[in-house]
Amino acid sequence: MNQWKNFSKGFIKENPVFVLLLGMCPTLGVTSSAINGLGMGLATTFVLVMSNIVVSLVKSFIPDKVRIPSFIVIIAAFVTIVQLTMQAYLPSLFKSLGLFIPLIVVNCIVLGRAEAFASKNTLLSSAIDGLGIGLGFSFALVLLGGIREILGSGKLFNITLYSENYVTLLFVLAPGAFIVLGYLIAVINRIKKS
Amino acid sequence: MNYLVIIIAAVLVNNIVLMQFLGICPFLGVSKRLSTAIGMTGAVAFVMVLATIVTYLIQKYILDSFGLAFLQTIAFILVIASLVQLVEIILKKVSPALYQALGIFLPLITTNCAILGVAILTIQKEFNLLEGVVYAISNAIGFGLALVLFAGIREHLDLQDVPKGLKGTPIALITAGILAMAFMGFSGLV
Repeated sequence: MNQWKNFSKGFIKENPVFVLLLGMCPTLGVTSSAINGLGMGLATTFVLVMSNIVVSLVKSFIPDKVRIPSFIVIIAAFVTIVQLTMQAYLPSLFKSLGLFIPLIVVNCIVLGRAEAFASKNTLLSSAIDGLGIGLGFSFALVLLGGIREILGSGKLFNITLYSENYVTLLFVLAPGAFIVLGYLIAVINRIKKS
Repeated sequence: MNYLVIIIAAVLVNNIVLMQFLGICPFLGVSKRLSTAIGMTGAVAFVMVLATIVTYLIQKYILDSFGLAFLQTIAFILVIASLVQLVEIILKKVSPALYQALGIFLPLITTNCAILGVAILTIQKEFNLLEGVVYAISNAIGFGLALVLFAGIREHLDLQDVPKGLKGTPIALITAGILAMAFMGFSGLV
């Protein structure tokens, strides 16, 4: 029960994007379609789970003063693994996510979880925490990407929903990201209140 | 002429914050007051130029010449993190006044994706060192321009009657969206 709560908090209550406002750069940068959002979300989830596991394993060996640099190195190692794997097996996704894959390393969510959770908790709960927060992040990215894709190119997961003559191109361009996310956060705030 | 194109492209057409979505955290976080926005811009400009020079030299003379290009992400983030620490220590000793002004923003810069982003983009675009420096400076100007414009708007926004549900972050994001729309007018300039 407790672990379930630990897992599910990432979706609405402590959603990294909608509530904590962390990791905004990839959130806005890659969500021009739902597929891109999903790819970015899962890549970040992998890094989050693995770095949480490793940090919780080595937490007692790391001197307090060099804590943060050590965490960054651990995270950067897993980001490099994701980067090279994706480049080899999913080259088209790698191309459309572009710069934002190496930038997972400076995503505040990953470092935040390592520092605030994994460095204080056991292996199992750190792994579950990483998975929950990561999937919550993916959920936010897919939601944002899906809405932008429907409004901006009339498709969802590349399936055409309506004719391209009626789309509002603005939503897949830069301003659409800010505007859709603004309204989404307003809606989530309303849901949280009730 | 080439440099002019780099400058206009980085400051206006591909504005780092509003078009490329790098450095959104400080853009939303420290843009409530004009004075903090200017302080943050100063700190970012300083570190961005230094980091671009150092990472460029490391890429050219260490990573490339020993075939270690796959270590780029790890090497760059370590260099930036230690550079920020170094700048903080030196600034504290040499110029306490400047440290006072930029001090609180420096630790935040390590996780500012604009710094790492510009360092990687400089390598990807295959600039030489001078072009890289010009690129870093113009991106810092673009970052400052977006931040100062946004801070000015937000100061006015505090006095406006915003619908209850949109107060705070939602209206800030929508404002940023409209600002990005304005910057879209520059596309096609170069």
